[in-house]
Order: sequence, then C-alpha cells, then structure tokens
Amino acid sequence: MSLRGTAFIAGAYEHPRRDIPDRTIPQIHAEVAVGALADAGLTMADVDAYYCAGDAPGFGPISMAEYLGLRCRTYDSTETGGSSYLVHVGHAAAMIKAGHASVALITLAGTPRNGGAQPGSSGAAPAPESEFENLWGATIVAHYALAAQRHMYEFGTTGAQLAEIKVAASLHAQHNPHAFLRDVVTVEEVLASPLVADPLHRLDCCVVTDGGGALVVVSPEIAATLPRRSVKLLGQGEAAKDTNRGRIDLSYTGAVWSGPRAFAEAGVTPADIDYASIYDSFTITVLVTLEDLGFCEKGQGGRFVMDGGLVAPFGRLPFNTDGGGLCNNHPANRGGMTKVIEAVRQLRGEAHPAVQVPNCHLALAHGTGGALGTRMMSSTLILGQPDA
Amino acid sequence: MLPTRSPRRTHETAEFWDACAQGRLLLPRCDDCHQYIWYPRLFCPHCASSNVRYTEVSGRGSVYSFTIVRKGSGPYKEHAPYVIAYVELAEGPRIMTNVVGMAADDVHVGMAVRVVFEPAGDTDAIPRFTPT
Repeated sequence: MSLRGTAFIAGAYEHPRRDIPDRTIPQIHAEVAVGALADAGLTMADVDAYYCAGDAPGFGPISMAEYLGLRCRTYDSTETGGSSYLVHVGHAAAMIKAGHASVALITLAGTPRNGGAQPGSSGAAPAPESEFENLWGATIVAHYALAAQRHMYEFGTTGAQLAEIKVAASLHAQHNPHAFLRDVVTVEEVLASPLVADPLHRLDCCVVTDGGGALVVVSPEIAATLPRRSVKLLGQGEAAKDTNRGRIDLSYTGAVWSGPRAFAEAGVTPADIDYASIYDSFTITVLVTLEDLGFCEKGQGGRFVMDGGLVAPFGRLPFNTDGGGLCNNHPANRGGMTKVIEAVRQLRGEAHPAVQVPNCHLALAHGTGGALGTRMMSSTLILGQPDA
Repeated sequence: MLPTRSPRRTHETAEFWDACAQGRLLLPRCDDCHQYIWYPRLFCPHCASSNVRYTEVSGRGSVYSFTIVRKGSGPYKEHAPYVIAYVELAEGPRIMTNVVGMAADDVHVGMAVRVVFEPAGDTDAIPRFTPT
C-alpha cells in the first residue's frame, strides 16, 4: 500500500505570536484549528479525524476534541516529540485511504515562555534508561553537543560550517515579520556567542517560543471541491533511532531510514527536491539530517551548507525560508508543525517573495523528535504540486 | 565533586547499583547470545532472551564523544563547566557518564579512561570516569 496521492494538505496555519501570556494552551489549539480550517475553506463541523501529540493537555485528543466540540470517527495521539505532526500527516493519509476519514485536523500549541512545559520535559513515568542518563547533569543542548563533537572528530566538520546554517536561517527570517529573531547574523557573530555546551554556541540553538500551528489533511475528493490550492502528499517515512542496544553511533539520525522510505513512496530522489524544511532544533540537527536524507554524502554536510548553499531562492537547497526554529518559531519546543507549514507555503507560491523558490514543484519536510545524543523519532514528508 | 544522589533502583537495576556501592562495575550479559547489554535491564535486546545475568567488567574504556556543559541546570547549575561523555567500555557498550579528575578543556575523543566510584547518598556510589 502506498500513500502517494491519497491525501492533500488543504489548510495550514501558524499562530502569529511568539510570546502569549494571555491564553491557555487549549485556547491556542483552538485558534490554530480555526485558522487552518479557514485556510482550507472548511469548518469544525467538517472534521472527522483529529490528531494531537504530547503538547495537548489532559487526556490528549479526548480532552481537546471535547474542548473544540469535535465529533470524529478517528482520533490519534501518536507522540514522537517534535516530529509528531509529520507522523500525524502520514497516519491521517492512511486512515483517509482506508475510508475512515475525509477531513483530518492536526493541532499543536504550547507556552514555554510563560510557564508551559520546558524543553525536554515530560510528565510521563520515568523511562527505563532514565537513571543511566539523568545522573550526569545532561541538558538538552548537551545531548546535541555530543553528536556535534563526534561529527567534528569523524569528519572534520567545523563550528564555522555549523554557523553557516544559522546565518542562512537569519537571512530568511529578516523577511518574516512574525519571526522571533529578525536580525541577520554573521558566522563570526555565531562563533562569538557564548558556548552553551561545547561545541554548540548560543546561536547554534533554536528559539524558545510560545505559539502553535495546525494542518488540515483531506481526501482527494474533498480537495477537488476547495477554493484554495492543496498540496499533494507523495510520500511519508518514519523511523526511530536509539542507542542501538548500547552501541550508540552518533554520526547519523533516523533520517537514514525515514528519508529513503518517503522518497521511495514518492518515486522521487533528493536531486528532485526544490525546497526543504529541515528540523533545526540546533544547527547540528540540520547538518546531519541533510547527509542522512541523501542531499550529500555522509560527512560532507559541512561543505554542503557553505557558500550560501541553503539560502533561498538560489542556493543549492533552499531551506527553512520562514527562518526556521533557529530564528522564527519553535512553538512548544516542537518544530515539526512549522516545518510542514512553510513547505505548504512554498508549494502554494505563498512564501515571502524574497525567499519564494521559483517554480517550486516538490518539497520535503523533515522532523526530528527526541535528541540526537540518545534516541529520536525521525519523520520525512515528500509534498508536491497537485500534478506531481 | 559533581552532584551525586542515591540512584533509584528497580527490580532490574538493583544489582547494578548495589555493586557500584561496593566499587564494582557490572554489565548485564545474555546467557544465550553472550552479548553485553546497555542500559542495564534483565532482557536481551539482541536476542529477546530473559536469561540475562550481571557480570563484572574491567571499568576501562575510551572517550567516544564528550561535551563541556557551560550552562548546567538543577543541582549541576553551580558546577559548570563540567564534562558529559559517552565512554566506550573495553567490553563494547558506550555509556553516558561524567569525565572527572582533569581540566575540562583537556578532555578529547579517544582518551583512555577508567571508572571511579563517587559516594552518593548515605551508602551508594555512582560510576564516573577519569584518565588512566
């Protein structure tokens, strides 16, 4: 069974705010739900499938569906951290193909700047590995720094190359009036910012923002009736990568499996991709993911991002044209939703004109939930124009 | 000394922590496929066997990767900078730990290290690593 062409993203909405002291988390879920449905030309009454992840309060989809007034045929609370929403798109498409859904709503919201859940935290019962990792003072940045240090050791990657990723994101964010950080930065400024966990500097880290976003995934039949251009789902892949029975290899991510699965389903290759939204919790996340998705050879990510390689509209692979999590938005410490939203904007030709990729026909969105230094869930979406 | 506390034991991990308290490093090992297992558990992720026993190991290894944490949190907040590392044990597993007993800026990948047990709580100890 293939998901190619079985579903379309008909609506996408990013909350415009980045600091929201005056809303509850369910309120923000509701705002983005209404926004995405309006974008699609649909209403809450049309929704027959609902998806949310660990950022949703209470009993997850049950609590949120009650708050929103939804009555659906299927609910799904798959929780894979920041990649959850890309996984949801794939799962929604499968339910649409099975005939169990026709309009699926996916929402994300959180307020880490105002007392919401902090980065890396979870209210769940202790994980079986927790005592073997939590005693050492590991921070979320440290988990990614371990991967960055090893990449530098194995492949000669440099801090300046990592900084190029932040520079490209900042060049894009200057055009986004909602971006949390809009100032263009230089490689030198990234390297001069304080080290948080060697070799990662403060400007290698994503922003911490309140906010949220939502997507509406519909059947081809519904998409054909809507006024706006929908984006076709061509392929989806997901893969967990962990400590490998105690022999962790920090040189790669789950994208080595999620990417090929998505590309195979879509019937396209990395060279065909016009625009990529790459999960950017930290600069190292982008660099390793680009290698793992096959945009360059393993170990060559540093070279790939140099010389404006990621800068829209004319770099070799324009990425994160909204400014990404590094500059624009990383709502609820989960960057997957905004990755899909910007890919939808690019395929609709609705990115900012300064960063819109000309004739954007195929786009990739990739999410990484968890941590490079231990375990993660990677998910890759391949999206295209309706005729792709 | 970096912060320590008594580890929380489960039915699966009590033997590991009891040995640490006595200054011995154990790894679970599968009686069926003979692979070492990390993190400690009484189930073999290599072959799905439950015939797993704790075995004493050398406590020697090398640094696979590390980071110098400049901004700690919780009990570590006042202790930055400090080093978190993956140490590859001679027996194979790569385990997360701290490297102590040397200047943080001198730690490097490939450096040889050995286990040291640092007192935790009233009677416990936790394994950290130091240069050989």
